[in-house]
Amino acid sequence: MATTTFREAFRAGLREALAADDRVFLMGEDVGRYGGCFAVSQGLLEEFGERRVRDTPLSESAFVGAGIGAALGGARPVVEIMTVNFSLLALDQILNNAATLRHMSGGQLGVPLVIRVPTGPGRQLAAQHSHTLEGIYAHIPGLRVLTPATLADARGMLAPALADPDPVLVFEQIALYGTSGELPDDAGPVDISRAAVRRPGTDVTLVAYGGSLAPTEAAAEQLATDGVSAEVVDLRVLRPLDEATVLASVARTHRLVVVDNAWRSGSPSAEIAARVAEHALYELDAPIERVCGVEVPLPYPHHLEEAALPGVADVVAAARRAVG
Amino acid sequence: MPSLGADMAEGTVVEWLIGPGDEVRRGDVVATVDTEKALIDVECFESGTVDRLLVDVGTKVPVGAPLALIATAAPGGPPPAGPRPSGAPAPAEPPPPAAPPQPAEPPPPTAPPQPAAPPGTGPPRPRTAPHPAGRSPLTRRRAAAAGLDLAALPGTGPDGEVTRADVDQALRSGPPHRPRISPYARRLARERGLDPTALAAGTTGPLRARDVVAAPAAPVAPAPPPPRPRSVTAALMARSKREIPHYYLSTEIELGAALERLRRHNLAIPVADRVLPAAQLLHAVVRAAGAVPELNGHWIEDRFVPGDGVHLGVAVALRGGGLSVPVLHHADALDLDALMAALLGAAGRARSGRLRSSEADGATLTVTNLGELGVDAVTGVIFPPQVALVGFGAVRPRAWPEGDALVVRPVVTATLSGDHRATDGATGARLLHEIDRQLHRPEDTA
Repeated sequence: MATTTFREAFRAGLREALAADDRVFLMGEDVGRYGGCFAVSQGLLEEFGERRVRDTPLSESAFVGAGIGAALGGARPVVEIMTVNFSLLALDQILNNAATLRHMSGGQLGVPLVIRVPTGPGRQLAAQHSHTLEGIYAHIPGLRVLTPATLADARGMLAPALADPDPVLVFEQIALYGTSGELPDDAGPVDISRAAVRRPGTDVTLVAYGGSLAPTEAAAEQLATDGVSAEVVDLRVLRPLDEATVLASVARTHRLVVVDNAWRSGSPSAEIAARVAEHALYELDAPIERVCGVEVPLPYPHHLEEAALPGVADVVAAARRAVG
Repeated sequence: MPSLGADMAEGTVVEWLIGPGDEVRRGDVVATVDTEKALIDVECFESGTVDRLLVDVGTKVPVGAPLALIATAAPGGPPPAGPRPSGAPAPAEPPPPAAPPQPAEPPPPTAPPQPAAPPGTGPPRPRTAPHPAGRSPLTRRRAAAAGLDLAALPGTGPDGEVTRADVDQALRSGPPHRPRISPYARRLARERGLDPTALAAGTTGPLRARDVVAAPAAPVAPAPPPPRPRSVTAALMARSKREIPHYYLSTEIELGAALERLRRHNLAIPVADRVLPAAQLLHAVVRAAGAVPELNGHWIEDRFVPGDGVHLGVAVALRGGGLSVPVLHHADALDLDALMAALLGAAGRARSGRLRSSEADGATLTVTNLGELGVDAVTGVIFPPQVALVGFGAVRPRAWPEGDALVVRPVVTATLSGDHRATDGATGARLLHEIDRQLHRPEDTA
């Protein structure tokens, strides 16, 4: 066991991947000399050299496209896009090329590309750097969308993502980079197909992913002191969605609260609610509750940013309504 | 009591649609009467105010007996004590020649007349079970027109039956309050045999699973089932055709000797107990099913479970459309006369929507007889989870070879629909042959 930060856990995964396979290289804005916009790749340029850690121009469409080309050519690129808001500039490449080429080539062309995308709110980076847009990518068939929210997942998701023969997006929570915790010394690759029950419970299922996991776990802790046993499910994978874990949990607790930093309309929370209504209606003992981001561009002031996001108190209140 | 048929001698009031104080107009339907043949809505011959009802529900009275008093002037006067003065309440029907109408219960001398509270005006009685929809066609019509579910209305009639007054009350009180019940609570209630709507009655918030768990267990005796609605038949038959690979066989059975035996049998017994040819056919099926047990039972979880006796389902077409399948349990223990009696009782109850719960379920083999409808043969659909269905067409005189001659004999076409998962054609053929053999056993009484 060692105390480590999310930033260091992501870096350890990258270092391991670069060391393990010569075809792996990292590219993106400021990943080299500057050490990464959020200091995730600090020291990797010095360690692996310019051929393996490449700074790119400020042009998401170009360098994601280049990553797709490199992947088609046999390399195993890891492309970093500075924030999820900027990833939209590469959406054309991701959707129209990376996600479709295997289908359009009749299976002849795979795109074994990993795209790392810092995402989410909480650091007062205002409306152009703070949104939660993972759901846009979770909408696209042909992609795998990962949302590591624990140190073990931050450390262990990159290796299986690189092993995947198709494009994988890894959404890293900006707010978590500096957060520290305990990580076993032998932490290694983790499963990237299933959701995880982070806390067992009997009275209500709280579903969260990425940036909403921490407030949800805190809410479960607070509910427990009041005698409400909340089960916390961390989705971990937004696409392909592991609905079975969610349905099994709802079958145990009969109540569902979905917590999502994204805007409510059309968010992953809506997909979860729909799947449960489709497949587990007769397990539900209360209306499905959703605690989501307020549908505004995320404000810059700290207290307004807080107010626009699901907080512990909001999750606790929703769980109480569900338990009745 | 009006004469509602040439051969009608008496009738039973099964429902009053009016009560004292109601205004009625000539032509209004005021009561439903059972004539032994049918339930008939009785119309009023007079206009005025109902003074009192003279015949209680369930009472059988001869044709011509007065049923109610209708005041054609202001109501509330004392009942007539002698011949009717003009303007006094007039019997709805011509009074019997001998006596003036008498109230069903003479009032105590000191008190003003107190007619027995007619049904429909008392407080709603707790209903022991979801009662079949009101028997009165009028009640059904009114409810249907208003989009009300009769089964969901509180009934104040006999046995909690829904009367016209109940329908009107429901209409007055606006749309029925739909209790809020969580899907899980609803499912739990069903699994425990509880009525979620009843549990939700009187609660303010939505009914939740914990309320169901806390509720007392359901009574052991299951409620008698309502008549099988169209949707149930539809679902069952669709499932049958989806899941059961049917095979079909048919054979012609000559009934000359059997019908002659039946004729002789019937000569020796009272007219009321006479056995119909249909019962003779059923009797043969029951005995054949005993001889070919592979077709008497259920297909459950990919294997055949033989019946613990022959429980014969008899498909009965309902007057108002639809199908009911009463079950004659342990039909193999009944002789022909007992089978006839059981058939009459069950078919009658099925048609009146008063099937007992024990008669609604558990058939191991079903027979459908469409002979009455004049069809030659019926190739039926098996009732899951049974594995066979026997069908009979009409008994008709047909050309029949006998030795070198061609004679005319009564002949019926018997068919078998078999579940090919459970049996093969050879087994089905054995059953049809066995039915034929049973109908040709001369030593049989019938």
